[in-house]
Amino acid sequence: MEIPYTTKPRPDTGLYNAKVGIWLFLASEVMLFGALFSSYILLRVGAFVENWPHGLLNVPIGTVNTIVLIVSSITVVMAWASLKMKNFGKFKFYQAITVLCALMFLGIKSFEYRDKFTHYEVWKTDGTRMTGHIEGKPMFLTLAKVKAAGKEKIGFIPDPYHYSASKEVKHTAKEHPGEHKTVEIAVSEIKRLSAFVPAHSTYFAIYFTLTALHGLHVLGGAIVIGFLFGPGSKMWHSDPERFTNRVEVAGLFWHFVDLVWIFLFPVLYLL
Amino acid sequence: MQATTHNVAHGGADEAHHHEPGFMQKYVFSTDHKMIGIQYGLTALVFLLFGFCLMLCMRWQIAHPGQPIPLVGHLLERVLGDVAKDGKMSPDLYNSFGAMHGTIMVFLAIVPLAFGAFGNYVVPLQIGAPDMAFPRVNMASYQFYVLGGIIMFVSFFIPGGAAQAGWTSYSPLATSIPTHGQAFWLIGMVFLISSSLLGAVNFIATIIQLRAPGMTWMRLPFFVWAQFVTGFLLLLAFPPLEAAGVMQLMDNLFGTSFFLPTGLAVGGRLADISGGGSPLLWQHLFWFLGHPEVYVLILPGMGIVCEIIANNTRKTIWGYKSLVYSVLAIGFLSFIVWAHHMYLTGMGTKISAFFQTTTMIISIPSVILLTCFFISLWGGSIRFNTPMLFALAFLPMFGIGGLTGLPLGLAAADLHLHDTYYVIAHFHYVVAPGTIFAMFAGVYYWYPKMTGRMMSEFWGKVHFVGSFIFMNIVFQPMFFQGMAGMIRRMADGGANYSAAHNPGAIGGLSASMMGLHSVILWGAVGLAVSQIPFILNVFISMKNGKPANDNPWDATTLEWQTPTPPPHGNFAHAPTVYRGPYEYSQPGAKKDFTPQNQA
Repeated sequence: MEIPYTTKPRPDTGLYNAKVGIWLFLASEVMLFGALFSSYILLRVGAFVENWPHGLLNVPIGTVNTIVLIVSSITVVMAWASLKMKNFGKFKFYQAITVLCALMFLGIKSFEYRDKFTHYEVWKTDGTRMTGHIEGKPMFLTLAKVKAAGKEKIGFIPDPYHYSASKEVKHTAKEHPGEHKTVEIAVSEIKRLSAFVPAHSTYFAIYFTLTALHGLHVLGGAIVIGFLFGPGSKMWHSDPERFTNRVEVAGLFWHFVDLVWIFLFPVLYLL
Repeated sequence: MQATTHNVAHGGADEAHHHEPGFMQKYVFSTDHKMIGIQYGLTALVFLLFGFCLMLCMRWQIAHPGQPIPLVGHLLERVLGDVAKDGKMSPDLYNSFGAMHGTIMVFLAIVPLAFGAFGNYVVPLQIGAPDMAFPRVNMASYQFYVLGGIIMFVSFFIPGGAAQAGWTSYSPLATSIPTHGQAFWLIGMVFLISSSLLGAVNFIATIIQLRAPGMTWMRLPFFVWAQFVTGFLLLLAFPPLEAAGVMQLMDNLFGTSFFLPTGLAVGGRLADISGGGSPLLWQHLFWFLGHPEVYVLILPGMGIVCEIIANNTRKTIWGYKSLVYSVLAIGFLSFIVWAHHMYLTGMGTKISAFFQTTTMIISIPSVILLTCFFISLWGGSIRFNTPMLFALAFLPMFGIGGLTGLPLGLAAADLHLHDTYYVIAHFHYVVAPGTIFAMFAGVYYWYPKMTGRMMSEFWGKVHFVGSFIFMNIVFQPMFFQGMAGMIRRMADGGANYSAAHNPGAIGGLSASMMGLHSVILWGAVGLAVSQIPFILNVFISMKNGKPANDNPWDATTLEWQTPTPPPHGNFAHAPTVYRGPYEYSQPGAKKDFTPQNQA
C-alpha cells in the first residue's frame, strides 16, 4: 500500500495531505506569534509612559519594507497561477522577484538593526536622560565597557529631543533644527548607558524578539522558495502536479510571513 | 497518474519495498511509522527509568538529609564533582535533580511514550493507513526529540550542573541562578517543542486524510480520537511556551527584562537591568502550555484503557458518543483553565473566580469518561489478563488523582494546599499510577503485534501487583503530609520546620509526618524492584515468548487485521471498514467479535 492523497485531493476533505499539514503548521505559528503579541500588550500596559520608547524607528523605511513584502506576496501567487496555466517561464520570472524581495527585506532590516546598535541612551546620575550617538559610532557600548577601557569622558552627539519629551518640545525641535554639537559627558556622571539593543528596555526587547523571529521566518521562506526556483524546479518536468502543489504550500507559508509583518509594522512602528 | 506520482515522490519508500534496507536505514533513519514508534518507545522508557532514578536519590536525601547516598553516592561524586561531595546530596544538586526529574518525566518520558510511541505505532494501523501522512517529517520529529534529550542530559555535566529552577522555571529565579543550566534547559525545550509540533501536524493530517474507506469519524477507535485531541493540544499549546522560552533565553543571555521587574535585587545587589518586565507573564505563558499538557499526558492513556476494557469485557464500550464529545470538550476547555495554578500570585479575585468556574466545568467531561469506562465493566465476562489488570487499576487511581484535584481548583482551599506535598500526591496519582499504568497496559497489549510474541503473563502479574502496592505506598502518605502543611521542594525534606527542630514553636511538623518520609523511601525502593520483572520480560519475551498469531486478543480494531508484525505499508490491500470499533458479542455473529473490516 502506498500513501494516498499525496497529490490528488481526498474527495471528502477536498485537500491533499501537504495542504492540511501546512494549515495546521500555520495554526501553531499563529499561537507562537500570538503569545509574543500578547506579551507585547502586557509589557506595554505595565510600562511607565516615559520608559516606553516612541518614534525611534524609521517609519518611511518600514513602509518601504511593507511594500516589498506585499509585492512578494503578489508575485508568489502569480508564480503559482503561472504553473497552473502551464507557463514555466513566467513561474521562473515571478518566483525570482519573490526571492529578490525577500532578500531586499532582510537587507533593509539589517540596515535598520545596525542603526539601532549605534544609537544610544544615557541615564545620568542627576536624573536626566538623553539619546544620541557616541563619537566614533561604536556598537553595543555599555557603561561597564567604557569603565573597563579606562575612559573618563565620552563624546556624545545628542538628538534634538528625548523620546519622552512632550509634543510641543518635539514640534519646536522639528521646526528649528539646531546644529548637532558634540558634548562631553564625564563617565562618573553616567548611571546607565545602553544602545538601542534588546537589553535597553522591554520595548526593544520585544521589538528585537518579534522582528528577529519574523526575520528567521523570512529567511526560511526565502530558502524554500529559492529551492523551488532553482534545483527543486526540476520536478516540473517529472511531476508537474506535485510541483505545483509544493509551490502552493510554500506560497501559503509566505503569505503568513507577510501577514505577520502587516501586524508587526503598525504595532511596533506606528502605535 | 498514481503510478508516476509514487515513483517520483516516494523514491526512498519505494526502494525499501523492493530491497532489504540497510541497518542504518532500518533502525536509525527509518521513515516507517512502526519503527519510529518503537524507537520512541524504547528511548522514552530509558528516560522514564532515568527520571525515576533521580527521584530515588532525592527520596534518600529527604528521608536522611545530609547522609551519603548508599550505592550510588560515590559514583555521583566522581561524575558530578563537588555538588555530591562525599556522596552527599548538596541542596544545589537536589534542586537540579528535582527540576530535571519533572522535565524528563513530562517532556522526555510520558509525552514521547504516550503520543510518540503508541500514537505512531497504533494510529495508522487503527485507521487503516499505510503509514503517516509525512514519513520524513515523522523521522525528523524523533530526531529532534533525541537531540533535545541529549542536550538535557549533557546539562548535568556542565559547570554548575543542570537547571535548578524547577520544571516550571519561574522567573526571576530561573534568570538569577548564575549557571548555564537554564540556558541548556531552554535550548533543549526548543528542540522538544519542535519535535512535538512536527508530530502533532503529522498525526492530525494523518487522521484527517488517511482514514481507510468506510472509516467515518464515528467509527474511529476511541484511542484515535484521544490522539487526535492530544495532537491539537500539542499543536496549539506548545508554541506559547516556545515564545516564552525564547524570551527567557533572551533574559538569560542578552540581558533583557521580559520577566524581570523594576528594582530586582539579586544577592542583595540591584541587578544591572532595565527592569519593567513581568514575572507573572512567564507564569501565564508557562501554564497556558502547562494545563493542556496535563491532558496531553492523560488522554492517550484514556484511549489505551478504552481499547483494553472493550476488548477484555467482550462488550461494546458504553457511551461511545459521550466519550467522543467529552474528549472534544476537554480539549477545548483545557485552554481556559490555566490560571488555576496561579491563585496565590495576587492576580485578583475576579480572574480567580473565572478560572475556578472553568476548572469545575472541565471536571464534568473527565468524570463522564471515567463513568463510561466503569459502566462498560457492568455485566461483562471480564478476562483478567495483565493489560486488563493495569487498565482496571487505572480507573480508581485516576479517580483519586482527579478528585483530589478539585480542592486545588478552588482558590480558598488552594490557599492551604498550594505548593505542599498534597499537590505532588494529586498530580502523581494522575500521571504515575494513572498514565504510567495505562502505558504499561499498552505495552502488554500491543507487544504481540510489535514482536510476534506474547509477554509472560506470570511475570506481568508480578509486575502489576508490586507496582500497584508500592505506587500507593509512595503517594498516599503525601496527601497527609501535605495537609499537615509540609511544603515541597525542600532539600532537607522539611526537617527545619519539624517540631523536633523547633521545640515549643506552634505548627511544627510532627514526628509521625516526618517519619512518613521513610515509608515513602522504602515504597519507592520497592517500586524500583517491582520494575525488574517488567524490564526482563520485555527483553526475554522477544526471543522466548509464546508465539502470537495475528489477533491474539480476538480484537475488532484494524491493527489486529494485519500480519504480525505488520510489513512495510501495513496492509496488503486497502481495508474497507463496515462497522464501529467495538462490535463484541454481537447477537447472531459466529464469533464473539466482529472485526471492523468484516462485511
